[in-house]
Amino acid sequence: MGAIGAGIAALGAGIGVGLIGRGALESMARQPEAIGDIRSNMILTAALVEGAALFAIVVGLLQGA
Amino acid sequence: MLNLASFPMYAQDHGTEAASATHEEAHDTAAYDAVSTVMNHIADANEFHIWKGVHLPLPCFLYAPGEGWTFLSSGKFEHGHKAIDGYVLNHGRVNRIADPSFPKGEAHIEGIIHKEETMMSMGKEKKTDVYYAIHEGKEYKLDKPSTLDGGILGGGITSFYDFSITKNVMTMLLAAFLLIFIFVMVAKGYRKNDGKSPSGIQSFFEVFFVFIRDEVARPMIGEKHYERFQPFIMSLFFFILFCNLLGLLPIFPGSANVTGNLAVTLSLAVLAFIVTNINGKKHYWEHIFWMPGIPAWVKLILTPIEILGLFIKPFSLMIRLFANISAGHIIILSLIGLIFLFGKNGESLGGASAGIVVGGLFTAFMNLIELLVAFLQAFIFAILTASYIGAAVEEGHHEEAH
Repeated sequence: MGAIGAGIAALGAGIGVGLIGRGALESMARQPEAIGDIRSNMILTAALVEGAALFAIVVGLLQGA
Repeated sequence: MLNLASFPMYAQDHGTEAASATHEEAHDTAAYDAVSTVMNHIADANEFHIWKGVHLPLPCFLYAPGEGWTFLSSGKFEHGHKAIDGYVLNHGRVNRIADPSFPKGEAHIEGIIHKEETMMSMGKEKKTDVYYAIHEGKEYKLDKPSTLDGGILGGGITSFYDFSITKNVMTMLLAAFLLIFIFVMVAKGYRKNDGKSPSGIQSFFEVFFVFIRDEVARPMIGEKHYERFQPFIMSLFFFILFCNLLGLLPIFPGSANVTGNLAVTLSLAVLAFIVTNINGKKHYWEHIFWMPGIPAWVKLILTPIEILGLFIKPFSLMIRLFANISAGHIIILSLIGLIFLFGKNGESLGGASAGIVVGGLFTAFMNLIELLVAFLQAFIFAILTASYIGAAVEEGHHEEAH
């Protein structure tokens, strides 16, 4: 069960990070002068999404242990 | 992992007998238990393992109710072969034999065996690892150190408390000394070059200072208050960063999983929680207990959520740092473990070489990602703490407007 949960968590994080990347790329293409700001915010948001996935991984680990 | 490992194995040794190859593989991996090896490596320890057979002994401060304090060096345990006053070293951690019939003073331990026992906890059956020390042919149960998690992560209150300088504590002290050493030099530079351009190590760290001030503290906390909290935010950032980077070093002074330890991240999160809430202004508390500008029945729903949110924020800080750093260490250790899995724990040289190529390349790749994560997680902890503080010290602008 833990492995299935980890898989679903990775799926969700993948979709989330993908959407962030898409949004960041589109806005970078529209406003190349704001690349620095967009990039740092993109990394921050991606890390937050990844954090949510890691919560699920921790729960998976606890279930498996 | 098992599937991954079996592929190159039967490509080399058992070209046709796929079924027997996987069977044999399952049998062989029992000798090398990847999961428990990885878990032992990311855990805290009472001695610092430098390389095979070489350990740095660390001081142990142990307390058992009724027995009092015991102070000794972990080198005296001879890596688990000797018990002193009922304390034994098991997988690098001090365990205690609570049995009163066990002899006091020094005693020889023939070995430590592992058993799996089912225990009833919180109304459901739970499998726990129990270790027994053998002394003169008799088995004595080992108690793990007490933890304050109440058994959620496999700990609980047992017969003794461990206040030792462990591997993690030593690495934290090392990080603190490094920070003091470097920042005293940087501070001297600022005094010397007042009004001039920075020089030496000062110019390397000025980038970080300016970044934390301009990208983290000032926009998140606000122009009026940021200078008060800048030292706290910077301390958090640099302490987490140094611990993360020391943890990435695979050799001696590094390799401890400090920020991947729940107790460490808990302390950091509690600090952030205290600083946020003692600085909370009227505006902040009003928004938590009685949100203005919405109907009363919504307030009844919103207030419990806001109070929960008060605790969820530092909780998520704690879990995020812990999970990110632990996950990184687990991935790197698993990839290193591929060498032993492919090589059948030293039997197959060809498999081990394949493991070195695959595991080594992926480890190099993961280490680079972890370098990014080390900076990123320190930054995220700092920026989120800053935003929580910013929300707490913010004064109601919209109330002044009308």
